[in-house]
Amino acid sequence: MSALDELYQSVILDHNRNPRNWGRLPAPARQADGYNPLCGDQVAVYVLVDGDTVREVTFEGQGCAISKASASLMTTAVKGRPRAEVERLVGGFHDLVTGKGATEGARALPSSLRVFANVAQFPTRVKCASLAWHALRAALDDKPPAVVQLGS
Amino acid sequence: MTAVSTPQGAPGAGTRGVPALDAIRVRADFPIFAHHEARGRPLVYLDSGATTQKPRAVIDRMARFYAEEYANIHRGVYALSAEATARHDEARARVARFLGAAAPHEVIFTRGTTEGINLVAQAWGHATLHPGDEILVTGMEHHSNIVPWQLVAAQRGAVVRAAPITEAGELDLDGFRRLLTERVRMVAVVHLSNALGTINPVREIADLAHAAGALVLVDGAQSAAHLPVDVQALGCDFFACSGHKLFGPTGIGVLWGREALLDRMPPWQGGGDMIASVAVEGSTWAPLPAKFEAGTPHIAGAIGLDAALAYVESLGLAAVAAHEEALLAHATAAVAAVPGVRLVGTARHKASVLAFVMDGVHPHDLGTVLDADGICIRAGHHCAQPLMRRLGLAATARASFSVYNTHDDIEALVRGLRRARELLAG
Repeated sequence: MSALDELYQSVILDHNRNPRNWGRLPAPARQADGYNPLCGDQVAVYVLVDGDTVREVTFEGQGCAISKASASLMTTAVKGRPRAEVERLVGGFHDLVTGKGATEGARALPSSLRVFANVAQFPTRVKCASLAWHALRAALDDKPPAVVQLGS
Repeated sequence: MTAVSTPQGAPGAGTRGVPALDAIRVRADFPIFAHHEARGRPLVYLDSGATTQKPRAVIDRMARFYAEEYANIHRGVYALSAEATARHDEARARVARFLGAAAPHEVIFTRGTTEGINLVAQAWGHATLHPGDEILVTGMEHHSNIVPWQLVAAQRGAVVRAAPITEAGELDLDGFRRLLTERVRMVAVVHLSNALGTINPVREIADLAHAAGALVLVDGAQSAAHLPVDVQALGCDFFACSGHKLFGPTGIGVLWGREALLDRMPPWQGGGDMIASVAVEGSTWAPLPAKFEAGTPHIAGAIGLDAALAYVESLGLAAVAAHEEALLAHATAAVAAVPGVRLVGTARHKASVLAFVMDGVHPHDLGTVLDADGICIRAGHHCAQPLMRRLGLAATARASFSVYNTHDDIEALVRGLRRARELLAG
């Protein structure tokens, strides 16, 4: 496969065309917005935390295939998980897309998320992949309204 | 990239008795192309709207200045400094000729277009604007011709308004006239839109503005490299442009202003070189242009810009414009024919910029797919968010052309766009 085919794997293209868990959640769900002023991409992530469990996660926004697929796959991966586990996924995903795929956190990621490993070869796209994850972390931190600004 | 698939004299070139530009020979003047070609990854550089590549003449001139001629200017009694000062002065004189300035001291060296506009906004605006005064921009301005006015407007209680544009990306002149009231003190307008390629009717705008009692600043960041510029013919009062979009180095730009206006404006930055005399109780200012050039300037930058303008003059801006017109005509037809593509900005008068979107494919993904083939385009909001909002778009893809581009580059772009569509929207 060429580097491009590895970046745009079919699962990424599928989630770009048909994003899962798309839409808003009403209160008491928390919301955080991610915005990349460099390119104008934006994502709103909604999280419903029930005790120690991330019960529901949804998102909406606009962006490229990488950012949309990343947000969509993120929601499917973290939904229903204990919060501590979600925190580990966030850290592991960050490692993965910044070229540190060998860390414990990155290796523990489900295979559905490991398709983003190739993003590390495209430095200009790392922020696309990580935008929704930054917003998720801000939402979990429960200091709404949270806005994550990426880029310069 | 060793051959052209379409004759260089394709539509546009030669039609006005202008000698056609030989893009293959021009390309050889820019070492970056041979460098990448030798490594098996030929560069298809279609982002000259962001910055142009540098010809050998500029690179060598700056290296020679640093290696053999370097000293600070306006300082030493020694010959080396006097020589450097003379080279710096020659650069200013060439810029003055290039833009049609009445005198070299009407040319202020800046860091770039952005700083030139900020200089006028602060030095002119702060001394002139009163609460309720208005600054009229257009709906297609770069952020650098909006935000500096917002800053001074907030300081002075003035208001920034934007004249509407049409769906095609042209200034709505009727809408402009309606907003051009007696409250407007400054009309700030882009000459050649970086996001659309639209060429604005600056002369007509300037005549209307002057009749209404307003001054006119022209953002020439894009136009100076693509259109012959004569500030007298344009009828403007200020003209700002950047060296790095004109084959020169980064960090150097030019603000031209009418002498009578510059004379009345207070300095905007204080420091060495801009004073006549300094006492702790107060200071007096140096005459133009030093009044607006506090501190040691970008000496090598000005000398590099001098070499860049000499290079452009050797090509001839009329030949440059004809070459780019042919490229734009070819690209407009070829890109519009790619399935799913819609052009953004279809003004009657355009130059050097082709913006577009593709159904189902985000411009960033387009940019990444094209980059895999060594094709460099810009994707995003192009620092023109109000324009993007007006057009209902979050982002566009933009190919922009310069003297070193060939018709092969456009064929490569079109192949890349078809590939992106297959890969991402197939």
